[in-house]
Amino acid sequence: MDLTSLSISALREKLVAREVSPLDALDALDARISAVDDKVHGFLSRDLALAKAHAAKADLSLPLGGVPIAIKDVINVTGEPCTCGSRMLLPYRAPYDATVIAKLRAAGAIPFGRANMDEFAMGSSTENSAFGPTHNPWDLTRTPGGSSGGSAAVVAADEAFAALGSDTGGSIRQPAALCGIVGVKPTYGRVSRYGLTAFASSLDQIGPFTKTVRDAALILDVISGKDPMDSTSLDQPVPAHTALLGRDIRGMKLGMPREYFIDGIDPQVDAAVRAAIRHYESLGAEIVEVSLPNTEHAVGVYYIIATAECSANLARFDGVRYGHRAESSGLLDHYGRTREEGFGPEVKRRIILGTYVLSSGYYDAYYLRAQKVRTLIRDDFTRAFAQCDAIVCPTSPEPAFKLGDRADDPLKMYLADIFTIATNLAGIPGLSLPCGFAEVDGKKLPIGLQLLGQPLDEPRLLQIAHAYEQSTDWHKARPGL
Amino acid sequence: MPLIPTIGLEVHVQLKTRSKMFCGCAVEFGAEPNTRVCPVCLGYPGALPVMNRAALEMTALTGLMLGCAVPEVCKFDRKNYFYPDMPKNYQITQYDQPLCVGGGVPLNEFAYPKDAQKSIVNPGKTVRLTRIHLEEDVAKSQHFESSTGIDFNRAGTPLMEIVSEPDIASPEEAFAYLIALQQILIYGGVSDADMEKGQLRCDCNVSVAEPGAPLGVKIEIKNMNSISAVRRAVAYEIERQIAAVQKGERLVQSTRRWDDDSAQTFEMRSKESAHDYRYFPDPDLLPVDTSVFMDEVRTRRPELPHEKRDRFVRDFGVTPYDASVLASEKALADYFDAAAKSARKPKNVANWIINDLLSALTTAEKTIVDCPISAHALDELVNLIDAGTISSSQGKEVFAAMFATGAPAAQIVEERGLKQESDSGAIEALCQQAIANSPKAVAEYKAGKLQAINSVKGQVMKLSQGKANPVVVSQVLEKLLAE
Ligand SMILES: [Zn+2]
Repeated sequence: MDLTSLSISALREKLVAREVSPLDALDALDARISAVDDKVHGFLSRDLALAKAHAAKADLSLPLGGVPIAIKDVINVTGEPCTCGSRMLLPYRAPYDATVIAKLRAAGAIPFGRANMDEFAMGSSTENSAFGPTHNPWDLTRTPGGSSGGSAAVVAADEAFAALGSDTGGSIRQPAALCGIVGVKPTYGRVSRYGLTAFASSLDQIGPFTKTVRDAALILDVISGKDPMDSTSLDQPVPAHTALLGRDIRGMKLGMPREYFIDGIDPQVDAAVRAAIRHYESLGAEIVEVSLPNTEHAVGVYYIIATAECSANLARFDGVRYGHRAESSGLLDHYGRTREEGFGPEVKRRIILGTYVLSSGYYDAYYLRAQKVRTLIRDDFTRAFAQCDAIVCPTSPEPAFKLGDRADDPLKMYLADIFTIATNLAGIPGLSLPCGFAEVDGKKLPIGLQLLGQPLDEPRLLQIAHAYEQSTDWHKARPGL
Repeated sequence: MPLIPTIGLEVHVQLKTRSKMFCGCAVEFGAEPNTRVCPVCLGYPGALPVMNRAALEMTALTGLMLGCAVPEVCKFDRKNYFYPDMPKNYQITQYDQPLCVGGGVPLNEFAYPKDAQKSIVNPGKTVRLTRIHLEEDVAKSQHFESSTGIDFNRAGTPLMEIVSEPDIASPEEAFAYLIALQQILIYGGVSDADMEKGQLRCDCNVSVAEPGAPLGVKIEIKNMNSISAVRRAVAYEIERQIAAVQKGERLVQSTRRWDDDSAQTFEMRSKESAHDYRYFPDPDLLPVDTSVFMDEVRTRRPELPHEKRDRFVRDFGVTPYDASVLASEKALADYFDAAAKSARKPKNVANWIINDLLSALTTAEKTIVDCPISAHALDELVNLIDAGTISSSQGKEVFAAMFATGAPAAQIVEERGLKQESDSGAIEALCQQAIANSPKAVAEYKAGKLQAINSVKGQVMKLSQGKANPVVVSQVLEKLLAE
């Protein structure tokens, strides 16, 4: 049997029963990557020898003992590259482990492989990677989504059992939806950001990509919790994320936000999501209509706050201490050339935008105003959750689009995230899981269902997702590579 | 119309915390370059700042000592600019919600330069503060022939910025402000505040205008390495600006560098090149609720120099000048407090400290902290003198021996047989011998030349080898000669 198609739970059973070893699992992945990654291009690099050294010492009694996990190339792992999809960090090797990596290691997992991404997590297609785009395993001419497109694609293509990604405006949920797997963006502060190269500090969260809902719960158990190295991490107890899995969802109220079912949404996506909602009704959930009236402002607010923060966060990439360093004459020339050569066009666009909105004379009109609207968006969700236990809606307005289709139209690209961005602005948890396929040009393209919950309500979101997953077969489908 | 100067100071103070402002690296000077660093203070990708609580508390304590208000919430912001000594190319600082607001630094006579203490224009003045905020220090650049080295050991060290109102009217007041501030910072144990070591740095804003007119063009001066250099630089700058205005030149808002060697200021940049720092709240740090630690910080507020001074005058009868000297340094004030507590005459203890102990320490290149005579031991010496057990000239000898050996006064008096002879029987015998030896002086005395007794007295002292109590000798002689 092919090990690579296993979920974490299934692999763990085999590891614990000593049917296979962690080295077997790594070898199987390596063979699979060698066979398909030329086509998918989900990985930027992988160090098999280093992973094997860790696998040899893996403690199988730990919750993720012996499980290799792919890591988005934005999370620091000691001794490994962390290019963030940018030429800027091509010469950089991480001198330390991110907290999530330390936690994965402590739980027995083995970080293996650096997954491709849009440069500095800015984008929705991985086309902004300086090292070439990742291809959607379901249709290699299409995008896997982004920015964590590599993480999503390698899990969908069975090149990894699971992966970590980061989500600033949808960068986990949208690629999970487009690749037909599970992706979770936890509550802001639930997972430490220490060691995650920052794009927008008040929005970024690390989360898992998995083949099943249960696997996502297993990883969340490990990576969640207060971190003394991250002041914004929440000092709240971590519940067992698997605790509610399998429990009945009868009587639960699911909210359908009227602003998320709009004209312009792809008809096949609309149909699949509505069918999923009917399925929930058949499982005993009650569907209520809710309203998130400030939804229309979310994209605008996001591109002010995220760019403002990124303009400062990316200032450190100056070639003085690490990373790319241009030939230059003089200090100003050094900064100019290093950043001109190191950053790609989308990153530059956002730094310029962020610099502009923070400039004196514009700060109040843009940044301050955006923060106020952000509060309104958060209040929208608070009011909605007074009427329902979770919100159910599409993850992406459309299935995977063609590579190259949007590359020249940033505004159109920004709209790929209209259903995911408000979640980050509100800091609430969100999850995407497979809910069907669209037929496009004779190819099956996955469709994602998005569930949004109250802060720290991840266990219930997982319970609701699990109820759907266990009564449908969408998650069992595999791309034919 | 004469032009008068207006001066405001921005003082940066390195706090004496064990670790840096936002990471666990040690604050340590003189270490090998770039050995007290980590991903956080080097601005590595993914590293995040975590607040140093001790730095917040020390700043709040400074605020309490200077009478500032400490608002319930303060926050940290990013100040954006590119420079190689700035690891993240933004500095974490406090923009619109600082830790401390208001307050003031009371100037005292003795904080002024010695040559100006007689001509203080506004005695008892307090220089008001605008605010005190907390930020991180930058790295240290070292320029070599064809390159620049950067030592990040200093990057991220907690730095407190104390901003005064433009209340200062002369170079001497600027000097007094810094001395008084320095004293208070050292008293509170928040900084060693040594300007020559860069623990205290001062930028001065100087302008000149006619009295009553709006303030003149503000010019900032930097690069002064001592408090007296600040006095010199401000004095130079005032003169320069007045001369310029009188010549009809138009001053422009700018920053100037003080060069101590040539004793001049030179323009570094004018306002046209001023930065837009694009401040915004640091999303990596949550706003700080100061009420969490303020109750505890209040218990740590020490008695301040001027408060000690007043108490020494009030409780110990010390002169205001002596009280100021004693209160100028916390260790010295503590020494005096300890000695005065059990002294018969605290005023005499003060005299011994100021006249004898301080000069002995200076000669021996010691400080009060490693003084060989403990406060208690000095107290014993002074009490021996005050009780008449030894004379004050013997006291000097005993003091010198105590300072050299660390032995207690009683032991030295014993060993050297210095005890004063106060037995009137023994003294009477010596007096009779002296009277017999001095018929001329006795005759003069009896003829009404009263000071002639001094030579007889001198003989008695000589005969007693200095041990006779001079007061008793006088009494006995007067009695014998009256017979
Ligand atoms: Zn450090």
